[in-house]
Amino acid sequence: MRLPAWLSQHLAAFRALIVLTVLLGIVYPLLMVGIGQLPGLSGRADGSFIDRDGRTVGSRLIGQSFTDADGKPLKQYFQSRPSAAGDGYDPTSTSASNLGPENVVDTADKPSLLTQVCARSRAIGEVEGVDGGRPYCTPGGVGAVLAVFHRDGATGPVTRVVSLNETAPAEPFVATYDGVKVELATPDGDYSKGVVTPIRGDAPAHPVVPADAVTASGSGLDPHISVAYARLQVNRVAGARGMSPADAQKLVDKYTTGRVLGFVGEPGVNVLQLNLALDAAHPVRG
Amino acid sequence: MSSAEAGVTFIASLLIALVLVYKPFGDYMYRTVTSDRHSRAERLVYRAVGVNPGGEQSWGVYARSVLAFSAISILLLYLFQRVQNHLWLSLGFDPVAPDQAWNTAVSFVTNTNWQSYSGESTMGHLVQMAGLAVQNFTSAAVGIAVAVALVRGFARSKTTEVGNFWVDLVRICVRILLPVAVIGATLLIAGGVVQNLSGGTDVTTLAGAGQSITGGPVASQEVIKELGTNGGGFYNANSAHPFENPTGWTNWLQLFLILFIPFSLPRVFGRMVGDKRQGLAIAGIMAILAIGSVIAINALQLAHGGTVPTAVGAATEGTETRFGVSQSATFGAITTLTSTGAVNSFHDSYTSLGGMITMLNMMLGEVAPGGVGSGLYGMLILAVITVFVAGLMVGRTPEYLGKKIGSREIKFASLYLLTTPALVLVGTAIAMGSATARSSMANPGAHGLSEVLYAFTSASNNNGSAFAGISVNTTFYNTALGLCMLLGRFLPIILVLGLAGSLARQAPVPQSAGTLRTYQPLFIGMVVAVTVVVVLLTYLPALALGPLAEGVR
Repeated sequence: MRLPAWLSQHLAAFRALIVLTVLLGIVYPLLMVGIGQLPGLSGRADGSFIDRDGRTVGSRLIGQSFTDADGKPLKQYFQSRPSAAGDGYDPTSTSASNLGPENVVDTADKPSLLTQVCARSRAIGEVEGVDGGRPYCTPGGVGAVLAVFHRDGATGPVTRVVSLNETAPAEPFVATYDGVKVELATPDGDYSKGVVTPIRGDAPAHPVVPADAVTASGSGLDPHISVAYARLQVNRVAGARGMSPADAQKLVDKYTTGRVLGFVGEPGVNVLQLNLALDAAHPVRG
Repeated sequence: MSSAEAGVTFIASLLIALVLVYKPFGDYMYRTVTSDRHSRAERLVYRAVGVNPGGEQSWGVYARSVLAFSAISILLLYLFQRVQNHLWLSLGFDPVAPDQAWNTAVSFVTNTNWQSYSGESTMGHLVQMAGLAVQNFTSAAVGIAVAVALVRGFARSKTTEVGNFWVDLVRICVRILLPVAVIGATLLIAGGVVQNLSGGTDVTTLAGAGQSITGGPVASQEVIKELGTNGGGFYNANSAHPFENPTGWTNWLQLFLILFIPFSLPRVFGRMVGDKRQGLAIAGIMAILAIGSVIAINALQLAHGGTVPTAVGAATEGTETRFGVSQSATFGAITTLTSTGAVNSFHDSYTSLGGMITMLNMMLGEVAPGGVGSGLYGMLILAVITVFVAGLMVGRTPEYLGKKIGSREIKFASLYLLTTPALVLVGTAIAMGSATARSSMANPGAHGLSEVLYAFTSASNNNGSAFAGISVNTTFYNTALGLCMLLGRFLPIILVLGLAGSLARQAPVPQSAGTLRTYQPLFIGMVVAVTVVVVLLTYLPALALGPLAEGVR
């Protein structure tokens, strides 16, 4: 019996898919698992794990948090970048923040990206003993953003100004704007009629705390920090371990990878490997 | 060397590598799709499938074969996800919910690889390697097969036959994609990409906390994800994840894998129509658009305009340290120029105008150089439209490669050009009209509109990247974006095959002094101009409400 054309076509499609699934979906990936077990490749195919004293402490490629149970930085360790993966560096929940460049107004349940950047910068400034100020940030570490109300909506004289990310008991980061006294926001206030106006302030365009230190990575698992952020942390880490900053900087240099062929990729410092080397060379006493 | 200098050298090195493989790899693909010899293994496959490899198909049968194969693929991939909890290597995950399983099945079969799921917490290893990754191969092969069928339409005359879909499918998988995948996956493993069947390893970190480090057959899937311009990551973080893309040089390799088939296919076209200059012209058009876009996005990202990037001092939010801003921006441009949709940094956090470039790239219609196969057929449609516009200007019957572009041909080409803009703009409008759909936005204001516009642009053009803040695992988005992917893939394919059939039937028109020389710089410039003008006319109003409203002060 001859099948109708449409049926035989779908039957051919079904068979083709099964044959290709066996070849491309079973044989090929298992062949690659086999190739991955060859000497020289197996450590990488398994996940580039690092052992210390017979215990696996992580992967060379996956970043970790070096904080205590309360989320405070452990002073004897170089700190990783902020992470949006789960509660931080969670490989079962990889993610970026996905917050946009004009995400500047805090809401009741979530600080804006701008405030997150400002708060991180201020906190790092305190830990490292440097100025944590940045453009568009208040001294208190939130986004410096005003809602400016005009008489005719978006135009006309200014009638009212509210500092959107600051609530009592803070002092507004500027007293007046265009001659009008700046108010603090209240949690249930509706400021949607005001024009959102970020205020640049006079912080330098290149702040002391580097860019990577205040921004979350794409994966939330970034194993590296910039050379600049490592340099910023050298004195604090050396102090906590009772070693000379020069010795700490030597280890930083050792775990800094440059660009392949001089132009591929960006230099970075592997934080886990660096901290392991510090533990081995200068264990924390006490 | 500064970051910017390194970034420019990085782009130049990619360009040189593409120029070097254009001829040898293009010729290899040409021989693959035109040879009349079948290997013994292939004959076994044809016998198992039950088709006669010697017979050729008319455009209608070819199209029905494509649709039958894709329909069966969607059905089986849907069922596969729905029963994954009963299968080996499921890692204890539940079955994927019906709306999400539909969305994912359509997404991978249409070469889109839009992901409303997070790989590491939804999909077992078996579904990833024997379900999703198989479609990475076959959907890529379908794209190339359809492009080759269209080129046969130009190359042949007075025939109804445009090729044999089953032979094209099997050969492209076995002779082109698989060998490159084996080599590429081995290189990726050497770079640190994992390839194992582990369900995860629990470790205790230096700070004393627990960390569960994931495993999986990643390298084998990663390579075809790029090579087939698919883009669906094994993990949620995609090519930003250190286990998918561990170093600067794996990043370079991934971009090369994304680009080299789409950029070499014009050589196949040139060889098949018997004039290599025609292929070079098409590759040139693709290159001009691509280089312009890559330079623009690098300039915008390095200038880091906007409030948060200025506060930070660089556009580093959502980027990995090992790639830096420039080589992330280059990836962002190339992944959207090629319908890949893999990301090594998160476009939602790009500067407003840098993010707009990624959208514009997709709005070009994925032609510069576009997805594997789909880029070539999309560009040939634009060439046909340009020939038509030029014909109108000088009052001659338009012809391209010796084939008359009559009313039937121009109808196919125009409908092709209208399909995706209609899906994008109507889809976005419907979503913006629904309070539930609007509540999926992660960012307020103009940026929220950009997220929705990006989602429909990405789905309808079969790209698959996202302004990923938007919550798309909802019944509305899973259904609507699934429909956009399906229609955005198969309507154009049917129209392209219809055009192929109509061209193949024609007798060639002899060349005369008045024939438009479609390999000369004048024509290249005209196609570029037509493409840009059509895209801007279509999308500028929508862009003005999203990224332009946000980024221009």
